[in-house]
Amino acid sequence: MAVEPEQSFLGLETRGAHAWFSAHHALANVSLKFPERTVTGLIGPSGCGKSTFIRLLNRMHEFIPGAAMAGQVLLNGKDIYAPEEDPAMVRLKIGMVFQKPNPFPAMTIRENVLAGIKLAHLQRDDHDSIVESCLTRAGLWKEVKDRLDASGGSLSGGQQQRLCIARSLAVEPEVLLMDEPCSALDPASTLRIEETIKELARKITVIIVTHNMQQASRVSDYCAFFLTDGGPGYLVEADDTRKIFTNPKDPRTADYVQGKFG
Amino acid sequence: MSMMQNSDSFSEVQPERPWAKRPEEVRRSAIKFVVAAVLAMVVVRFTGMAGIDGWALVLLGTIVVATYVAARKLSGKDRKNALVAVGISALALLAFAPWLSILISVVTKGYQALHWTYLFNDMRVTTPDDELNMGGVGHAVVGSLIMVAIATVVTLPLGILSGIYLTEVRGRLTFLVRFIVQSMAGVPSIVAGLFVFTTVVQTMGEYSGIAGAAALSVLMLPTVSRTAEEVLKLVPDDLRNAGYALGARQWRTAFMVVLPTVKSGLITAGILGVARVIGETAPLLLTSLATNGFAINPFGGTLGSLPTYTFSLLQYGTEYAVARAWSGALVLLLIVFGLFTLARRLGRKK
Amino acid sequence: MRVSDVLMEVPEKREMHVTYSRADRIFRRIVTAGALTSLIILGLIALFLVLRSAEVFRTFGVTYITGTEWNNAAFDPTIPVEFSIGPMLVGTIVVSLIAMVVAVPLSIGGALFIEFYAPRSIYKTLVSLLDLAAAIPSLVFGLWGIQVFTNIGIRWSNFLNDWFGWIPIFSVEFENFGRSPFIAGIVLGSMVVPITTSVAREVYSRTPRDLIDTCYALGSSKWGAIRAVVLPFGKSGVIGGAMLGLGRALGETVAVFLVLNLSFRYTYRILDSEGGNVASIIASKFGEATDFEIQALIAAGLVLFVLTLMVNMAASAIVQRSAGKVNR
Repeated sequence: MAVEPEQSFLGLETRGAHAWFSAHHALANVSLKFPERTVTGLIGPSGCGKSTFIRLLNRMHEFIPGAAMAGQVLLNGKDIYAPEEDPAMVRLKIGMVFQKPNPFPAMTIRENVLAGIKLAHLQRDDHDSIVESCLTRAGLWKEVKDRLDASGGSLSGGQQQRLCIARSLAVEPEVLLMDEPCSALDPASTLRIEETIKELARKITVIIVTHNMQQASRVSDYCAFFLTDGGPGYLVEADDTRKIFTNPKDPRTADYVQGKFG
Repeated sequence: MSMMQNSDSFSEVQPERPWAKRPEEVRRSAIKFVVAAVLAMVVVRFTGMAGIDGWALVLLGTIVVATYVAARKLSGKDRKNALVAVGISALALLAFAPWLSILISVVTKGYQALHWTYLFNDMRVTTPDDELNMGGVGHAVVGSLIMVAIATVVTLPLGILSGIYLTEVRGRLTFLVRFIVQSMAGVPSIVAGLFVFTTVVQTMGEYSGIAGAAALSVLMLPTVSRTAEEVLKLVPDDLRNAGYALGARQWRTAFMVVLPTVKSGLITAGILGVARVIGETAPLLLTSLATNGFAINPFGGTLGSLPTYTFSLLQYGTEYAVARAWSGALVLLLIVFGLFTLARRLGRKK
Repeated sequence: MRVSDVLMEVPEKREMHVTYSRADRIFRRIVTAGALTSLIILGLIALFLVLRSAEVFRTFGVTYITGTEWNNAAFDPTIPVEFSIGPMLVGTIVVSLIAMVVAVPLSIGGALFIEFYAPRSIYKTLVSLLDLAAAIPSLVFGLWGIQVFTNIGIRWSNFLNDWFGWIPIFSVEFENFGRSPFIAGIVLGSMVVPITTSVAREVYSRTPRDLIDTCYALGSSKWGAIRAVVLPFGKSGVIGGAMLGLGRALGETVAVFLVLNLSFRYTYRILDSEGGNVASIIASKFGEATDFEIQALIAAGLVLFVLTLMVNMAASAIVQRSAGKVNR
C-alpha cells in the first residue's frame, strides 16, 4: 500500500506501526503524529510497549535479534524504513537520550559533546561555539564551563544526563527521543531536565517516555496513552495534554492518570 | 520507662560485638596450640621425625588431638565443625607450602650469584664454573625481551580482534571462535615448539629468535584473546547504543567509543599474555636455543633467553652453575611479578 | 479503542535486519578474519603434526603407541631402527594422575579456606597471592623440584616403602627413590594446585549467599552449610577446573623433565627411579635426533596434542555447563 508523501505535514508520524520480538507481538497498530517543535509525552503502565515504540522511531529496535515491525514511520513525509534509507543517517536526524546517563567514560566533557560530530564524521569547524551552545541549551554550560577537560564521569547523575542531551544536540537532530530520561535522577535534577526539555521544544520535536504523570503534565504539549491487555501494547488515545489529564475520552485513561492502576 | 530518648543518652552507648571472640576463648585456643606444639616437639624428639615436613605433620596430628579434647564437651555437630576447620586450614597450608618454599628458595639461593653487573653482563668469556661475581644474565634478558616483544606485537592485535569479534561483531562463528580459543589454551608448549620447528625452523634452515617468538605467539594468543574478551564484555551496551543513536557506524563506535573505554584493560590483556609466556622453556629449546653472548638479531642464528639460560645452567649441574640458575629464576620471577603488579595497578585505576 | 479493534487487520511484517554500510562490512570482515587466525593456527598445528608424522605411523603402526624400544641406530647400525612410546604414554598418565591426587584435595581445601575460613582482612591478599602462584613458570617448579623438594620426597618415599611396601605400587627394585614418578607427580601437582584452586575458589564464591544464609538460619554449622550448599553447587565447576589442571599436567615438559628419570620400560612401581613422559622424551631426544627420529618425536607430539585436546574439550564443556547453571 503506497503512501503519498504528504508535504503538508512536517514532523514525525507513524502509520499502523507494529513491533515484534521474534514471535512476541509487542506493539500493535500505532498511528500518531508528532508535529514540529512540540513535546509529546508517551505514558502508560510498564510493559505497554512505549519503550519499544520509541526505539522504533529511530531504528534502534532492529538491534534486537529477531525483531520485526510493520507499518510506517515517516519523517517529514519520508519513510525512514525505506530500503534506500541509511539507518545511521536516520539516527543522526532522530537523536535519543537513554534512561541511564551514559557519557563516554574515556572522553572529557568537551569531547563528549563533540562525540557525535566525530563519530558521524561530520565536517564542522566551530567546535568551541558548538560546545558552548549545546551545553547552554542543555542547561549545563554555567556549571561546567571551567572544567571542560574533566572526565564526563566526574559529573553528578543529573549533570551527566544533561551532558548526554548536549551530546545529542551537537549533531543538530530534528527530533529528540527521550526514554525515561529522569527515572534514575533525583527530583532537583529532574526539574532541571524538564526546563531543558521545554527550552529544546522551541527548536526541535521532543518525544518523551515517562512513568511520572506530573512530569508528563508539566512538560508535554500532547500525550499518548498506551495500554496492554496481556497481548500487544496499543494506543488508547492521544490528545492535548490538558485534555488527557482533565477530560479524556476513554475511562481507562482517566483511571490511569489519576493513579488508579499502573 | 519512656520510649523517648534525647540525643545525650545515645552518646553513652558504646558499640559492642557480642559475636566476637571473648578473651577467654582466644586464651583457650592459644593454650590449645601451645600444648599441641609442645606435644609435637616431644614426639619429634623421641621418634626422630626429620625435617620441617615431619615436624609439620606431627604438629597437625597433635592439633587435631588437642582440638578434639578441647571440643569434647560440645555437641557432635560442633565438634565435627571444629575438626573440619582444622583439616581445611591444614589443606590450605599444604596448598600454599610449595609456593612459599619456592619463594624462599629462589630469594635465598638466587641471591648468591646476584651482583650489580649481573643484569648487564653475558656469559661469552665466563664459564658456568667461574666465580659468581663474573658473567651475567644480560644477554638472556635481552633475548627474552626481543622474542616477547615480537610475540606481543603479533598477538595483541589478533587477540583484540578476536575480542571485538565476540563482543561487537557477534557473528555466526561466536561459538566456534570461543571454543577454538579455549582449545588453543590447552596446546602443550612443547607441541607449539614442535609445530614451529617443522614450519619455521626447517624452512629457514636454522634456529632463530623469530621462530622462538612464533612459538611464544601460539601460546600467548589464547590468553590475550580471552582476557580481551572479558574486558570488552565489561563495556555496557548503553555506550554502544549511545554511539549508534548519534548516527555513528559500527566501526567508528567500536574504535572511538568501545576501545578507548577499556584501553587499560586491553593493555592488561597484553601484560598477562607476556607473563604467561616469558617463562616458557620447552618451545624455546626447539626453536631459538640459547647463546652465551649478546645477540640481537632475531632473524637468524640462536637467541638467548632467561628460561633457556636457567635450564642449561641447571643441566650443567656444578655448584656455581646451579647458583647461577637460581639467579636466573630470581630474575624471571621478579619480571613475572613485576608484570602482574603492573597489570593489577592498571586494572584498579579503572 | 480496544486491542481487538486495533488487531482487526495486521499489515504485512516488514523485513528487519541490521544493515551495514560498506565501511562497516569491511570492518566486520577484517575482525572476523582476525578472530579466525586462532582456528587457522590450530588447524595448521594439527595438519603439520599429522603430515610430518605420517611416515612414522606407517612404518611402525600400533607398535609406535605400545612398544618399548627407542633406537635411532646412530651408534650401532646392527640394531634395527625402532621408535615407540608405550612406557612414555603410560608414564605421562601415571604422573598426571599422581599430580591430580595431590592437587584436587589441596585445591578444594585451599579454595574453601580462602572463601570461608580465612580472615576477611587477608582475603584479597590471598586471592592475589593465588594469581601470582599460578603465574610461576613451570621451569621454576622444576628447579625447585630437583634442588629442594627431591630431598623431602625421598624421605616420604622411604616412609611409604617401609610401611606400605607390601602394596605393589609402593614396592621398589632399588632403594634409590630419587627422580621417581612419585616425586615428579608431586612437583607437577604443586604446579597445578594454583590453577585448580583459582577455578574452585571462583566457583565457590558464586554460591548464592541466600542459600548459605538459609542453612545458618536453620541452625547449621559452617561445615554443615558448606556440605549442604557450597560443595554440591560447585561440584561440576571444580571437576572442570581439575580437568583443566589435568590438561596442563599432561602437557607439561620442563617441570617433569628435570625431576624424572626417563626409562623405556613399563613399570607400576611409582617410587622407583624410572618413569615415562611424552613431553619430556621430546625435549630429551630432540637435541641429537636423526631426521627420522625427529619425525618420531613429532608423532609423539601429535599423540600428546590429541590427548590434551580431548581433556581440555571435556574440561571446557564441563566448565561452560556449570557457568550456564549459574546464569540460570
